[in-house]
Amino acid sequence: MEVVQLLVSGLANGCVYGLIALGFVLIYKATEQVNFAQGDFMMLGAFVCLGLTNAHYMGLPFWLAAPLAVVIMAVLGYLLDFFVLRHLFGQSQTAVVILTIALGFVIRFVAGVIWGHEPQTLESPLAVGDFNLGGVVLGMADLAVIVVTVLLTLCLYQFFQRTRLGLAMQAASQNQMAAYFMGIPVKRVQGMIWGLSGAVAAVAGILFASKGAIEISSGLLGIKAFAAAVIGGFGSLPGALMGGLIVGVIEPFASYYFPAGYSQIAPYALLLLVLVFRPHGLFSQVRIKKV
Amino acid sequence: MRIHFKTSYDHDIRLFPDLWSFGVYAALLVIAVILPWLMDDFFLGEVTNVLIWAIAGLGLMLLTGQTGQASLGHAAFLALGCYSCIIFMEQGWPFLIAFPVAGILTGVVGTIIAIPAIRLHGIYLAIATIALSILADDIIVLLDPITDGVSGKFAPMITIFGIEIERWTTPDRFYWLVLAITVLCTLAYRNLLRSPLGRAFAAVRDSEVSASAMGVHIARTKAAAFGLSCAITGLAGALMGFYAGAFNNETFSIVISITLLMMIVIGGLGSIHGAFFGAVVVAFLPQFLSMAKDLVGGSSVAIPGLETGVFGMILILFILFEPMGIYGRWMKIRIWFELFPFARKDMFKRQKSYLKTERLR
Repeated sequence: MEVVQLLVSGLANGCVYGLIALGFVLIYKATEQVNFAQGDFMMLGAFVCLGLTNAHYMGLPFWLAAPLAVVIMAVLGYLLDFFVLRHLFGQSQTAVVILTIALGFVIRFVAGVIWGHEPQTLESPLAVGDFNLGGVVLGMADLAVIVVTVLLTLCLYQFFQRTRLGLAMQAASQNQMAAYFMGIPVKRVQGMIWGLSGAVAAVAGILFASKGAIEISSGLLGIKAFAAAVIGGFGSLPGALMGGLIVGVIEPFASYYFPAGYSQIAPYALLLLVLVFRPHGLFSQVRIKKV
Repeated sequence: MRIHFKTSYDHDIRLFPDLWSFGVYAALLVIAVILPWLMDDFFLGEVTNVLIWAIAGLGLMLLTGQTGQASLGHAAFLALGCYSCIIFMEQGWPFLIAFPVAGILTGVVGTIIAIPAIRLHGIYLAIATIALSILADDIIVLLDPITDGVSGKFAPMITIFGIEIERWTTPDRFYWLVLAITVLCTLAYRNLLRSPLGRAFAAVRDSEVSASAMGVHIARTKAAAFGLSCAITGLAGALMGFYAGAFNNETFSIVISITLLMMIVIGGLGSIHGAFFGAVVVAFLPQFLSMAKDLVGGSSVAIPGLETGVFGMILILFILFEPMGIYGRWMKIRIWFELFPFARKDMFKRQKSYLKTERLR
């Protein structure tokens, strides 16, 4: 029974990691850039929703505030691309990595000025209570996280495989010049994917905030989501979810079975192992570069 | 405008291109040596801090600026250098032995870590090194019997030939020690760039494919770059330990790694000057901000995250408007004056490249 309980709580956490990782993978899939500020996007999305919902800020009803927060984050993502990242067009990946790390610092600072550094809780209707299924306790919020994550992953996967826009995004990442020749507005596509990833980050943030308190430094979860994205293999949406679940499940098991101190290490140790033995993740798409 | 008329191949790789630049650096060195008589102890301490950051920056510059491998985990090597040097000294080793041995140890460990890491490139390497930086914190706690974990260690007194050096009681001696190490590291770096290995580093940075076509062993070159970079970083870490006086597992956090990388980007990737310019920015930014806050008349309440926020903002502006960093801007201004009426706007235009994925082929 304990094992099942650990598994369930791990799955819910893992879904949050998976959602953040989805944000990374979306951007990576469409632009070959990596957004190191994705965790901070998630934090920002949660705080935007909190600012709209909670009684002593705006006091809007949750079911109005949540979609509004998603829209705000999508617009923010698009504007960020429009004003900042588009100017890096044609520069190296490392420049983008460093830029987004700096962006994370700035977001954390601005959010800290607006909402303060105390942990706060979102007044979410999802955080209502627990189910008890034959000894296994499952929170309503946990269930919502799992359902939304799976649905979102499926939708995005279909979006990339089936729609014209999704295919255009894939083409833009695979060969920018050729995509231009095919009439794809590469820069606008890139802006859209940043908007989409902002929206996904907002969903992740709202779900994460429904599970418990949120604070400015929650953005550092992004690093664990990184581990998830790498374990799953950058560039694969189901892989990101899978990696998130693996990281999420490993954590409670490691803290249960190993002595204290080793449990935080487990996800990173796994990450290093994956990088050493399968450098491009478990769901790899990489072939060796030939000249 | 100075014209270099090169008559032999040695002219191409001389340490100083001409007498004038030799004179400039010699004058700079003289000023640096007599600095303790010109400044009070507080500013001397700050300058020492700049020099230590500059050494660490040189270490990372060798890897990132010279070989093109971005590392976000160099705080782990700072920690290794710091802990090993001070643990050796606690075993009774003199500083003059413990310090270089700590550097060599860090270099060897760096090379061993590099062997799997060199298969990764770009983003994967950055992520692996982030993981390394996070693991270092936990490993220091787990190795409690050796490292004293969370409670931390205190740096002992340095004794060289009977001269006692300590950061607080004799800041001038500590400054000279750091200055000497800085000069040695800079010379070593400069000489390395003139050697075949340094050229191989640059070749790997610019194109791995063409480098291997020219007979450069990619993996071996990257491992060497990692090792040398870690060795210099380890030395800087030991000095940081002595500078701080006390340190524990949180001293060398991932924020330090990120700061270090941002520092060399702000300074200017791929140049020795860049490491020093960046170090000045990093070391003086907190002082500058607190002075600015006093000037505005704001309260003395610390705003958490202000420093990193402003630092991030500066970095974003640099990447957008001056990707070559402070050194790049300095070069542009200098060349503009040297060529005075003939400088053109497009002279530094970078060739843009179109991206092609490496995932599918």
